[in-house]
Amino acid sequence: MKLISCVGVTIGYDGQRAVNNVSFDLEQGDYLCVVGENGSGKSTLVKGLLGLIKPQEGSITFDGIAPNEIGYLPQQTVIQRDFPASVTEVVISGCLNRRGLLPFYSRLEKARAADKMKQLNITDIKKKSYRDLSGGQQQRVLLARALCATEKLLLLDEPVSGLDPVMTADLYQLVAKLNQTQGITVMMVSHDLESAIKYGNKILHMKTATAFFGSTEDYLKTEMCQRMMGVQKHD
Amino acid sequence: MIELLTELMSYAFVVRALIVGVLVSLCAALLGVSLVLKRYSMIGDGLSHVGFGALALAMALNLSPLEVAIPVVAVAAFVLLRISENSRIKGDAAIALISSSSLAIGVIIISYTSGMNADTSNYMFGSILAMSESDVFLSVGVSVVVILLYVLFYNKIFAVTFDESFTRATGTNASRYNTLIALLTAMTIVVGMRMMGALLISSLIIFPALTSMRLFKTFKQVVISSAILSVICFVAGIVVSFIFSFPTGASVVVINLLTFTLFSTISLFKKKI
Repeated sequence: MKLISCVGVTIGYDGQRAVNNVSFDLEQGDYLCVVGENGSGKSTLVKGLLGLIKPQEGSITFDGIAPNEIGYLPQQTVIQRDFPASVTEVVISGCLNRRGLLPFYSRLEKARAADKMKQLNITDIKKKSYRDLSGGQQQRVLLARALCATEKLLLLDEPVSGLDPVMTADLYQLVAKLNQTQGITVMMVSHDLESAIKYGNKILHMKTATAFFGSTEDYLKTEMCQRMMGVQKHD
Repeated sequence: MIELLTELMSYAFVVRALIVGVLVSLCAALLGVSLVLKRYSMIGDGLSHVGFGALALAMALNLSPLEVAIPVVAVAAFVLLRISENSRIKGDAAIALISSSSLAIGVIIISYTSGMNADTSNYMFGSILAMSESDVFLSVGVSVVVILLYVLFYNKIFAVTFDESFTRATGTNASRYNTLIALLTAMTIVVGMRMMGALLISSLIIFPALTSMRLFKTFKQVVISSAILSVICFVAGIVVSFIFSFPTGASVVVINLLTFTLFSTISLFKKKI
């Protein structure tokens, strides 16, 4: 079943096309990695999917998922680094889309937040301040918040940037586990091609336009992939 | 101490100033937490300068000061918010331009109409005598609205402050809450400005939040502590200004500064241990 289909999506800023005529489908259970260089339109595409920017052309259709039911893990902002908020406060804010105009969280949302914190092994730090956590712990907290917001789809925007290798591996495994055991569809924007190939079953390679979209096996056969892998190994 | 307080309370103008000041401090502190965390502190400062210009204009046109200042500052709040969200113009520079321009225009209007006099100084640095009975009613009205909306939208305000993109992505209209915060700030500033002074009122917004963040680690604690600190500092400021005949606004700011220093020192020691 297709959760999201993008057909000919074009998004631009100030007359420049950041995303040019991109089409792809996201099926339920997929682990789609979006790769490409800086400025290739990856983050803009994510913003388009989330409804933060309106596409100028093309269509984005959601099926079986409401646009506000995407569990989004944004790139960290400067504001967050020294933000005084407890882990619980951050995680439960993911339940906001279930409340509509109702002002306060009910027992249901509190239980949901507690459940997600347990699942991600952060219950013991739930009273700690977000700003006192390590980078890896912060990402777990944001992931728990994203899981509060969704049952179906996680959208991660460069989740491992700024993490050390151990934390990076840890986060990748966590996401893979959510994908495999809970059937949560994953779409991940990444710089890290090796991990994209290792974990993703589909690859979207962007160069403003779609340079490649298809299964990871097919991607491995392309010259583009071999060249990129070569470059990364020589780094 | 009790004698002093009864003496203070025997002056009707002091009572009025206390009521307005406590309510304005409370509102400013609540809104300040979000503004400081979102890096919008300068908006408070900009708005008060625009307010100064609006007051000068009202005086020149012989209109009631608040009737002119509230709409003008509300419009300015909209504009400043748009500027801050628009990444193409550097927000801080634009705010500095707007605030110094309004100040300049206000000063020119005043010197043209009544000349620079005690009134001008009162507008810039505040006067405890400025509060009339209608100000008391207005400030009660404004603070009831601010506190009610703040409590009702508390969870949304937290979410929008912590992570606007995520909140937007999960279907909350973040701009609406930003606008709400800016409008409430505009109203709070206009009400408090004549007592605290156009140049000093922004301290009511910034100090309590900043001070509380030295020691407290969750959003709820910071909000509650800011509200309490803000009211305590205001009352202490009034008492100090009464005892030593200091200007009221400046006394409140200095008390806030001392509290901030105290909290910073404690947090420094806590880190070392």
